Amino acid sequence: MSHLLEAARIALGMILSGDGVVYSIALRTMVIAVSATIISSAVFIPLGSIIHFSSFTGRRLLVSMIQTLYSVPTVLVGMLVFLLISRAGPLGGMNLLFTPAAIVAGDVLLIAPIIMGLTISALETGGRELRDTAISLGAGRGRMVLKVLSESRQAILTAVLMAFGRSVSEVGVAIMVGGNIAGYTRTLTTAIVLEVGRGETAYSIALGIILLILAMVVSISVNTLQHRRSR
Amino acid sequence: MNKLLLTLMSMVLLLWACGNPDQQPGDAAEVAQVSGEAVTEDQIASVEPMQSVDRLRVATTTSLYDTGLWGYLEPMFEEMYGVELDILYAGTGKALEWGMRGDVDVITVHSKAREEAFVADGYGVERVPFAYNYFLVVGPSEDPAGISGMSPEEAFTVLHDMAGPVFVSRGDDSGTHGKEKSIWVSAGFVYDDVRTAGEWYVEGGSGMGPTLVMADEMGAYTLTDIGTFLSYQSDLALVPIVDQGDALLNVYSVIAVGGARDPEMARNLVEFLVSPEVQQLIGEYGAETYGRPLFHPCAGEDF
Repeated sequence: MSHLLEAARIALGMILSGDGVVYSIALRTMVIAVSATIISSAVFIPLGSIIHFSSFTGRRLLVSMIQTLYSVPTVLVGMLVFLLISRAGPLGGMNLLFTPAAIVAGDVLLIAPIIMGLTISALETGGRELRDTAISLGAGRGRMVLKVLSESRQAILTAVLMAFGRSVSEVGVAIMVGGNIAGYTRTLTTAIVLEVGRGETAYSIALGIILLILAMVVSISVNTLQHRRSR
Repeated sequence: MNKLLLTLMSMVLLLWACGNPDQQPGDAAEVAQVSGEAVTEDQIASVEPMQSVDRLRVATTTSLYDTGLWGYLEPMFEEMYGVELDILYAGTGKALEWGMRGDVDVITVHSKAREEAFVADGYGVERVPFAYNYFLVVGPSEDPAGISGMSPEEAFTVLHDMAGPVFVSRGDDSGTHGKEKSIWVSAGFVYDDVRTAGEWYVEGGSGMGPTLVMADEMGAYTLTDIGTFLSYQSDLALVPIVDQGDALLNVYSVIAVGGARDPEMARNLVEFLVSPEVQQLIGEYGAETYGRPLFHPCAGEDF
């Protein structure tokens, strides 16, 4: 309990005093997670939509596989990306390893199944009735697709927020391909791992509190935006 | 239907082409810029592996990182050579592997046999010892195994034969783990038999700090480098139990990686560490905080 109080006090102190190091780590964490979420959404929401609106053999299996990958261990993704971009690996020439961009790349892959899978679920839940209605009313296929997408946007937004949450809180990719370099690739989670290892309990919890505050700011602002638009 | 699919598909392709961070230099620059670092276009966009970069990567064993030595030396080197020093910490095993893959430019580790093999296999330029200190066996102050003052080999033999008091091993292929193995071997054991000898032998699988915390919680013994132990000591009930014996010598070496991106800057770092000024700083480091220096400088000596 004393640790928790101490942590809350330290966290508050860091936020109020504008601790430069913590702020830059928090900012870097946000930039990485937001970039990964935007890139992954831009690619995998359309891809999920394609899967939803098309029919082919093995579609169910594909969806199950995507859903299985919700649980892919972050360290495994980190390992795979490491092997790809290590100088001895196939993409080694790009000099990506141990850079912030490497973490973004890993996170994009890590959250891809969540965005794709939840997009499919969202369209399935929101779309079925609408689809029939729209078609029975004589709407063309194209307009039907747009209508379903637009009606499901709340659920797709939830998928994006989930993906952001996984990206901002994961540590496996960040530590494997980022390397936790101070001032360059250190994120809130890798900083927490380091401080926990150093026995700095209160400081670690304080960093955790800051991460949660960031996540809260993101979810509140996205929800507010959504609310305003739907009014 | 087909037209729609085509449109969606091309949208995906377009987005992929714009958004794929593997092919998009803008990303790295953007991220790096926000984090207040300068990254040259060269570094991000080039596919040429042998080139000079303005970041030098050092992989260091955790003990040189956790004691703060690298954090202390880093700004001096950066200022002297106008280069960003990226410091990655890991066990000796991982640091060597990064070196073999060409992912780092310089390594500072502590496992003589493996360092010599690394250089002999052509991965490193030269093994240059630059500092040493001693390992310690630490444990609960009541010393349940009664091994205080023994040689490390005797102490390990007693722990093995009693099969009671717990010993926490790093178990992570680090230099400290390597040292522990070599003590078991010189005490006449086969290490794989020790590993499976019983519940008294615990493989922690993490860095020195977490291993000390674990041993502390369990009231167990463990082998530690003195630097990490001193920096954690205030939070631990563990005390030094065995601190005498040749087997406990702990030598830190620096090796420039053969395939370093910038071989000259890598050599600069090696020369920096063995320069008289820095050697003196290493020899004094930690005296203020811990009441005694954590390292003895040893450039030019045969270790």
